[in-house]
Amino acid sequence: MTMNLQVEGMRKAFDGRTVLEDVSFRVDPGQVFAIIGPSGAGKTTLLRCVDFLQRPDGGSVRYAGREAPTDPASLLALRRRLSLVAQSPLMFRGSAAYNVSFGLCVRAVEGSELTRRTAEALAAVGLRDRSDSAASKLSAGEAQRVAFARAIVIRPEILLLDEFTANLDPPNVRILEAAVREFSASTGATVVLVTHNLFQAKRLATRVALLLDGRIVESGPVKEFFEAPQDARTRAFVQGDFAY
Amino acid sequence: MLTLAGDIAAITLLSVFISGTSTLVATAIAVPLGVTLGLREVGSQRLLRNILFTLYGLPPVLAGLLVFLLLSRAGPLGSLGLLFTPLGMVFAQVVVVTPIILGVTMSVVATVERRVKETALVLGADRRQLSITVLREAAAGILTAVMVGFGRAISEVGAVFIVGGHIETRTQVLTTTIITDIQQAEFGHATLLGVILLVIAGVVYSLLYRLQERTLP
Repeated sequence: MTMNLQVEGMRKAFDGRTVLEDVSFRVDPGQVFAIIGPSGAGKTTLLRCVDFLQRPDGGSVRYAGREAPTDPASLLALRRRLSLVAQSPLMFRGSAAYNVSFGLCVRAVEGSELTRRTAEALAAVGLRDRSDSAASKLSAGEAQRVAFARAIVIRPEILLLDEFTANLDPPNVRILEAAVREFSASTGATVVLVTHNLFQAKRLATRVALLLDGRIVESGPVKEFFEAPQDARTRAFVQGDFAY
Repeated sequence: MLTLAGDIAAITLLSVFISGTSTLVATAIAVPLGVTLGLREVGSQRLLRNILFTLYGLPPVLAGLLVFLLLSRAGPLGSLGLLFTPLGMVFAQVVVVTPIILGVTMSVVATVERRVKETALVLGADRRQLSITVLREAAAGILTAVMVGFGRAISEVGAVFIVGGHIETRTQVLTTTIITDIQQAEFGHATLLGVILLVIAGVVYSLLYRLQERTLP
């Protein structure tokens, strides 16, 4: 199953300070939509609003054409179709395998299927041999790879990636980006990637949007966005003239 | 000599029984409640915390008096016949210990990193699964709460004296016997009981500490 994501006129403010203002975009299944922008542009808040961790002040978010239900059981069912990888993911106490299997366990997956899917997810990020390692002993790169495995093992229909390779070394970045491509190609899921790394957006995205001061300045297919930007601010940003 | 050793053994066993049982009962009440309250981010939590902090300082003699009045023949629970019995002493200690374990558990759970809760939610946990996850992450801190509670129970004297009555062979415990020994200038006997009290605390804390180490990553 796949579902599209449609954000319309989203607004969010903290203590009177506007963080998101009239943000709208749509991402269809199979697309990798990159939201780029400098730190503090509102990218993380946007993902948190999409993933129910924060409530937007206004606007709407539609999942497969429908707004989120209000009754707890239906909302939980919808939440379970999404997954998010944070910039600095938290590892639960326990092994790498425990962390990866968490989402399966809460969905009552057990027995051989639990073991198989956990092993497959760890293999997808090259950590099958680290299955029994304590999560607290993993390097930052390995922990991030476990976090990614933990997010995809539940086969989310919408995968949200929040600066998921920030501060990682090139080998770990390569492994994770390859895992994103493989996940996207094999599942046709909707992927939203937040990054301030233009090169990563070029490598992974099918569509790109620039978020500045809480507003989407411009969005479009990756080639057009980077090669023929319409807005002066986008041109400055993609050419590296924008200090941030 | 054998009688003395037998008396000391009986007093020691009763102390361990009362303190251990009251800590277990208080844990069974306080931990689930503390986790539930610690997970709730509501304004009333501050009021509740203030009440609990006040109860931390509840003088055991006052707790003993209240339980005595409850269990006395004219009291609302008088028909249970628990006054001057070990079970009545357990009741009194539960009253003293529960707020301590509850308050510490609540604080530990409330301060478990917000990201633990968010990560569990993002991965699809429902409310019950979220509570279990937080409980698991806060296990070391909750064990500390239990250790603090046991420490209070084993060293407590006022409430068990009032509710138990320090009746020979029936409700004598280490702490109350130390008090009466001192009143009778039996300093050697009192010191011996004090050392036993210390050893019990040491053994229990060692066991709990080892358990706590196993819960850490």
